[in-house]
Amino acid sequence: MATDVTSLKQLVLGRKDVQDMSDTEHELPPDLMTVNMGPSHPAMHGTVRIVLTVDGEKVVKSDVQPGYLHRCFEKESEYATYTQIFPYTDRLNYVSPMINNVGWAMAVEKLMGLTKEIPRRAEYVRTIVSEISRVTDHLTCVGASAMELGAFGPFLFFLKCREWLYELLETVSGARLTHSYVRVGGVSKDLPDGFADRLIHTLDQTEKVMVEVEGLLNNNKIFRDRMAGIGAMTKEDAIATGCVGPIARACGVDYDVRKDYPYSIYNEVEFDVPVGTTGDCLDRYLVRVEEIKQSIRILRQCMKQIPDGPVVVADPRVTLPPKTDTYNTIESMIRHFKHIVDGIRVPAGEAYTFVEGGNGELGFYIVADGTGRPYKAYVRSPSFVHLSTAGGLIHNHLIADIVPIFGMINMIGGECDK
Amino acid sequence: MAQKVLDALKAAHGAAVDRTASAHTDEIAWIKRDQLLAVATWLKNDAAMLFDAPVFCTAIDWIDYRPLDRPPSEFWSEDKPRFTVAYQLRSSKHRHRIRIEIELPEADPKLPSLAGLWPAFNWQERETFDMYGIRFDGHPDLRRIYLYEEFVGYPLRKDYPKEKRQPLVRRDDLPMNPIKVAPMEHK
Repeated sequence: MATDVTSLKQLVLGRKDVQDMSDTEHELPPDLMTVNMGPSHPAMHGTVRIVLTVDGEKVVKSDVQPGYLHRCFEKESEYATYTQIFPYTDRLNYVSPMINNVGWAMAVEKLMGLTKEIPRRAEYVRTIVSEISRVTDHLTCVGASAMELGAFGPFLFFLKCREWLYELLETVSGARLTHSYVRVGGVSKDLPDGFADRLIHTLDQTEKVMVEVEGLLNNNKIFRDRMAGIGAMTKEDAIATGCVGPIARACGVDYDVRKDYPYSIYNEVEFDVPVGTTGDCLDRYLVRVEEIKQSIRILRQCMKQIPDGPVVVADPRVTLPPKTDTYNTIESMIRHFKHIVDGIRVPAGEAYTFVEGGNGELGFYIVADGTGRPYKAYVRSPSFVHLSTAGGLIHNHLIADIVPIFGMINMIGGECDK
Repeated sequence: MAQKVLDALKAAHGAAVDRTASAHTDEIAWIKRDQLLAVATWLKNDAAMLFDAPVFCTAIDWIDYRPLDRPPSEFWSEDKPRFTVAYQLRSSKHRHRIRIEIELPEADPKLPSLAGLWPAFNWQERETFDMYGIRFDGHPDLRRIYLYEEFVGYPLRKDYPKEKRQPLVRRDDLPMNPIKVAPMEHK
């Protein structure tokens, strides 16, 4: 321990001889201090604890401890049918639940060999709800981070806008936040009447809000001073530490699952992947703002291109029989019962499926044993991987800088702690 | 594209590879534990491989694996290794992916840590240790990550009951030591 402190003092204070306190003793406190930050701290989102060793205001050592929101997603999933897991996935990343739903559905479909069978309208509906979710995810991240830096106005603007989008998803799924809308083989129901007009109207409004907020933030001196140059990461570090999504793209890593391993109908729509240069908090903010605009662009194209047709695959293995048949024929009744009680029978095998979530590559690794319940269900949660870089990012920064760094990592407790 | 990776791996490290498989667009190679570090280093540094991006690390407990419609003997025998540790890797340059899996016996569930090669596996190996009790030799900081230090057992092992509770805080619905409250002194 003694050597530890010695090396830390040499690092921070630049002292050759640690015993020599004569020059700086009056100006700098000679001892390092251990401070506990979180989990009950507003900027820690209530779920993460950081044990900081500080020298004055500067962080010299940190121990980031997640786990306060651990809800046993994987253990619970092993005891639930594949359909029953959709509500659990809602609660992984609870600001963009639709993408989690889609990721889980695609993972099960891959094991069943249904990936190519999904009706095109269902793929479009999934893309639409995913992109709306991506917008809400980024709006929350940017808005909350701005609020934590003292800019309360943009937060209110963004939450207002997010609420419009939540209301849209509510008309689609019936639930404001935990939608459980996607099903294996498609989606649970078609888009409601008049959805296209409402979506276009909301997107127009969203673009207006974006103009307002960008005007408030982009050239705001306080915001820039707090964000620029803070928590910077190199491209190589971003790759080696497993960063994906907006954080990696802000560092210059040109990786987007939607482009690199296209799934669903993403190769039929046109969009750009914004990439940053400096990898600091300001670039992460700018990448997220640009991604909101690109998502709006995807949504507009989807609404033009969406075909008519069924929204769920006509495969008796995964879809429930029509309700009229369930009530009138014994075969359908039995099928319905088996489907609900036994679950979807997924052939034995293992597969890893990943989609571009709000925070980056969101993957599900399933080991199936031929029953209606997964033998193992692992979620590759981007937040967990990103949080593991937090300790390195806040090193040698001030305590106050932890707030924007943590905000721009966009750690979502539900996803990080599983 | 990706089958090439498995072929190259077998050509370069044939003795270390138990078997390979391609299924559901995933490429999987089962690696012998004692040669894992050599293979992983090669996968990371070889110009044709360049697996620079770690994706995930997790483990599977096979003790209860009885697939329907196939005889159990095909999947389970006493001498079959209980655990598998899976590492998923991706190359940001070549865009190919591979999953390397290492089989571990129940009596000795440990393998060399890959956290030195890919820093992202630092936390993910801690998670695997926390949930499955797999030991990673050479890991810089092998502690529990989600659960608390006092927790006994490894919850994602199949023999850990789902209903078992180990609360740190008082729960009225569970048997706990009663809290003793001293009577107030009135004067």
